[in-house]
Amino acid sequence: MKKFINKVDDVLVESLSGFAAAHSDIVSLHLNPNFLTRKQKALNKVAIISGGGSGHEPLHAGYIGYGMLDAACPGHVFTSPTPDQMLAAAESVHANKGVLFIVKNYAGDVMNFEMAAEMLPIVNGLHIESATVLTSDDCAVINSTYTTGRRGVAGTVIVEKCVGSLAETGADLQSCKLLGDKINQRTASMGVALTSCTVPAAGRPTFDIGDNELEMGVGIHGEPGRKRAQMDEADAITQELVNAILDTLKPVPNSEALLLINGFGATPLMELYLLYNTAANLFKQHGIRITRSLVGNYTTALDMAGASVTLCLLDDEIKQHWDSPVHTAALRWGK
Amino acid sequence: MTTSVILQSLLDIHATILQHESEIESLDRAIGDGDHYINMKRGASAIVEMHDELADLTPDAALNKIGLKLLSTIGGASGPLLASFFMGMAKVLKEKGDTSAKTYALAFASGVDLIRQRGKADVGEKTMLDVLIPVANRFSELANANADNKTICEALADTAEAGMRSTMNLIATKGRAAGLGERAIGHIDPGAKSCQLMIMTVCNALLKHE
Repeated sequence: MKKFINKVDDVLVESLSGFAAAHSDIVSLHLNPNFLTRKQKALNKVAIISGGGSGHEPLHAGYIGYGMLDAACPGHVFTSPTPDQMLAAAESVHANKGVLFIVKNYAGDVMNFEMAAEMLPIVNGLHIESATVLTSDDCAVINSTYTTGRRGVAGTVIVEKCVGSLAETGADLQSCKLLGDKINQRTASMGVALTSCTVPAAGRPTFDIGDNELEMGVGIHGEPGRKRAQMDEADAITQELVNAILDTLKPVPNSEALLLINGFGATPLMELYLLYNTAANLFKQHGIRITRSLVGNYTTALDMAGASVTLCLLDDEIKQHWDSPVHTAALRWGK
Repeated sequence: MTTSVILQSLLDIHATILQHESEIESLDRAIGDGDHYINMKRGASAIVEMHDELADLTPDAALNKIGLKLLSTIGGASGPLLASFFMGMAKVLKEKGDTSAKTYALAFASGVDLIRQRGKADVGEKTMLDVLIPVANRFSELANANADNKTICEALADTAEAGMRSTMNLIATKGRAAGLGERAIGHIDPGAKSCQLMIMTVCNALLKHE
C-alpha cells in the first residue's frame, strides 16, 4: 500500500480537518460525534442531511452548502456512520420544518439512519419530524423482494442536488421526499472497475483482479458486481453499461435525460470524457436527448480505477432544480 | 452469569477477534467489502476500555451500556444489530431480575429477535442469524430441560459451529453479499463467523469461570 498517511487511525479526522479548512467559507466541522454543517445555518427550510461511509469523496460533505445539503455525517471508511452523529447533526441544523435524510440503500446505512429517525423525536425534548429518501440507482444488482435491493451510488448526487434546491424554496418535508423518490425512480447507474481499491486500515486491495480483467457492475466499495470479464475496448464496455441502464429505465423515444459519467477515483478525466463521448452516442442511437451532463469524480471508491454511467430521465421539475444555483465545495454554479 | 463473568467474556472476545484477524478479513474480502474485522475490533476495543465503569453495574445495566457504546462505535450493519442484541438482552434481564439459565436463554432469544427485526432477515439468508437463531433455540430447549451449565455451553458452541458452517453453501439474500448471487456459494459468511467465535468464547469463559 502506497498512500499519503501519517497514522492509519488518523486518516479520517485529518482528511476531514483538511476539507473543513480548505472550504472554511462554506462548511464547519464538528468532532465527537463527527458531522459537518453549513457555515451559515439556513433558516425556514427543511434540513437536508446525508451521510455514509467515508472513501466516496466528495460525497457527501462536498455537497454541503447553498442549494444542496445542510449537514453530512461521515462514517469510517466504507462503514455507515452511527445514530449519535445523525442526531447531533439534526439537532444542529433543523430549522422547524423537519429533517430529510438522504440515505444510500445499504443495510448498515439504512439501519443506522432508521435508529436515528426513531430516536430523533425524543432527543432533548425536541419535536423534530423526519422523513427518509433511500437512493437505489445501481442497476447492477437485481432487485427482488428477498434482497436488500439495489444499492445507492452516483445517482445520489442528482437526488441531493435537486432535493436541496427544492428545500431552498421553502417546500415542506413531504414535497422534498416526493421529489427525491421520483428522481430515484427515474435514475439508473452501472459501474465497472479496472482495479481494486485499498481501504487504509486494511492495507491491501479489497479484491484481486487480473491485469486483463474487469469487474462489471462493481459497487462503490469494491464489492463484486455482476461478473468478472476480460478487458475490452471502451466502446464494448460502455455498451454493456448503457444496455443495463436502458433495460432498467426503459425510456420512451425522445426522452430528455441527464448523463453523469462518474470516476471511481483513479481513472483520469481524459478517459471519463472518452466514456462520455461513447455513452452519449449510444443513448442518442436509442432516441434519448442528453440535455444535461456532468463528468468527473463525484462518488468515488477510494483509489479504484473505473467509472460508472448514470442516466436520469428529466422532467420540467427535475430540470428546474438541477439548473438552479448551488454553492458547495464540489458542485458550484449559477450564483 | 455475573457482571464479572460478562466482563471476562468481553475481554476474551476482544482477544479472540484479534487472533482471527486474517480469517475474518479473508472471508469478508471474498464476499463483502473488507471492513468487518476492523469494525469488530473497534467495537471490542471500545468495550474493553469501558471495563472499569462497567464493573460495578448489575448485568442488565452493564449490557445496556455496552449496547449503547456499540451503537455509537461500530457503525455499518454490525453496529445497530449488535447494539439491538445487547439492549434487548438487558431489557429482559431487568424485567426478570434474576440470573438463571432460563432467564439468560429468554434474554438471548429476545436479543436475537431484535436483530431479526432490525435486519429484516431470517435463517437461510447467509448472515449472523444462521448462527444466532439455532443457538437461541437450542439454549431455550436446554434451559427449559434444566440442563447444567457445562451441557449448555458445550451444546451451544457446537450449534454455533454448525450454523456458521451452514452459511458456506447458501446464496446471500441480505447484507453486502446479496449482490453476488451464485458467486457467494462456497464462502462462509464473515458475520456468521464472528458470531460463532464470540459464542464459542463466551461458552469457554463460562466453563472456566463458573
